[in-house]
Amino acid sequence: MNPYNYLYVAGLLFTIGAIGVIVRRNAIVVFMCIELMLNAANLTLVTFSRINGTLEGQVTAFFTMVVAACEVVVGLAIIIAIYRSRRSASIDDASLLKR
Amino acid sequence: MLTIQTPEAVMFWVLGPLSVIAAIGMLVVKKAVHSALLLAWIMITIALFYIAQDAVFLGIVQIVVYTGAVMMLFLFILMLVGVDASDSLTETIPGLRAIAITAALGFGGLLVSLISRATLGRPALGLAEANKDGNVQGLAKLLFSDYVFAFEAISALLITAALGAMVLAHHQRTVARPTQREQAIARFRTGSLASAAGLPNPGVYARHNAVDVPALLPDGTPAPNSISATLKARGDMLESNQFELGEVDNTVQEEK
Repeated sequence: MNPYNYLYVAGLLFTIGAIGVIVRRNAIVVFMCIELMLNAANLTLVTFSRINGTLEGQVTAFFTMVVAACEVVVGLAIIIAIYRSRRSASIDDASLLKR
Repeated sequence: MLTIQTPEAVMFWVLGPLSVIAAIGMLVVKKAVHSALLLAWIMITIALFYIAQDAVFLGIVQIVVYTGAVMMLFLFILMLVGVDASDSLTETIPGLRAIAITAALGFGGLLVSLISRATLGRPALGLAEANKDGNVQGLAKLLFSDYVFAFEAISALLITAALGAMVLAHHQRTVARPTQREQAIARFRTGSLASAAGLPNPGVYARHNAVDVPALLPDGTPAPNSISATLKARGDMLESNQFELGEVDNTVQEEK
């Protein structure tokens, strides 16, 4: 096997995460799918870091993890704020800007 | 020059398909909690991939940050929000699912064919040279020299995110809490008098003393507001007519 095989797994995980973002209606599940896409991108960075023999990819993956942690904190706070005012965690219900 | 040992290949061929299957499972399971558990499994397999690829520090960070902190936060929020109708897998926009799957097949096929055709034009190097002082030491050298400004900026981002979460989650009452007197007046003056005496108890007229059986109204129809909305959303509600007098099995004789 060669290290490029990890890239296939990362690509598939990214694609599945993208389907989840489009198809699922629960805001928390959509958010989890976004996390899956971020993780797939990280796996790509680490794999290329190994293929190229430098640690730069790992540093970038580390930064991505920190940004993802921030994103989770703020995103979940937004979901809670929406849930508090609308009593629903469905992304279809948060359509106030449409009207 | 990088050679991949057999144990790593075995690990990849076992965990790689399992992680993809778990990801597909995330899309098709109904309950958000099950999605979260499947996602935790995917995170663990990705951490093992990192460790196998000589990114030991990132593998440990992945387990601590993702399966530890982030997934815990997700489960915590799931507990706060509870179960509601948005868990259902029904399609709200017609044709959305077909379009999404077609587009994803196209995108995934493009990615896979691109990876299989592209080549860097040189053999994979491996991290033995870069990690010769240790993975953590190598990362630390980079983080605190070339990437020190990015590192500082990201620490500022973390603090800002923590503050932002506190601001967003802080709940300030815009109107005063209604007193008991105001609540009593509101019960009688607004709308119908149906709920003036409080909501009906479950199962009162249903010959069943359970919370998941709605009470029967005088005309024999079940009263939907007699059971908890959570039980209704979860689909745990029983039909009250299965406890009707004619249906109940009373052939068993009492012992004398």
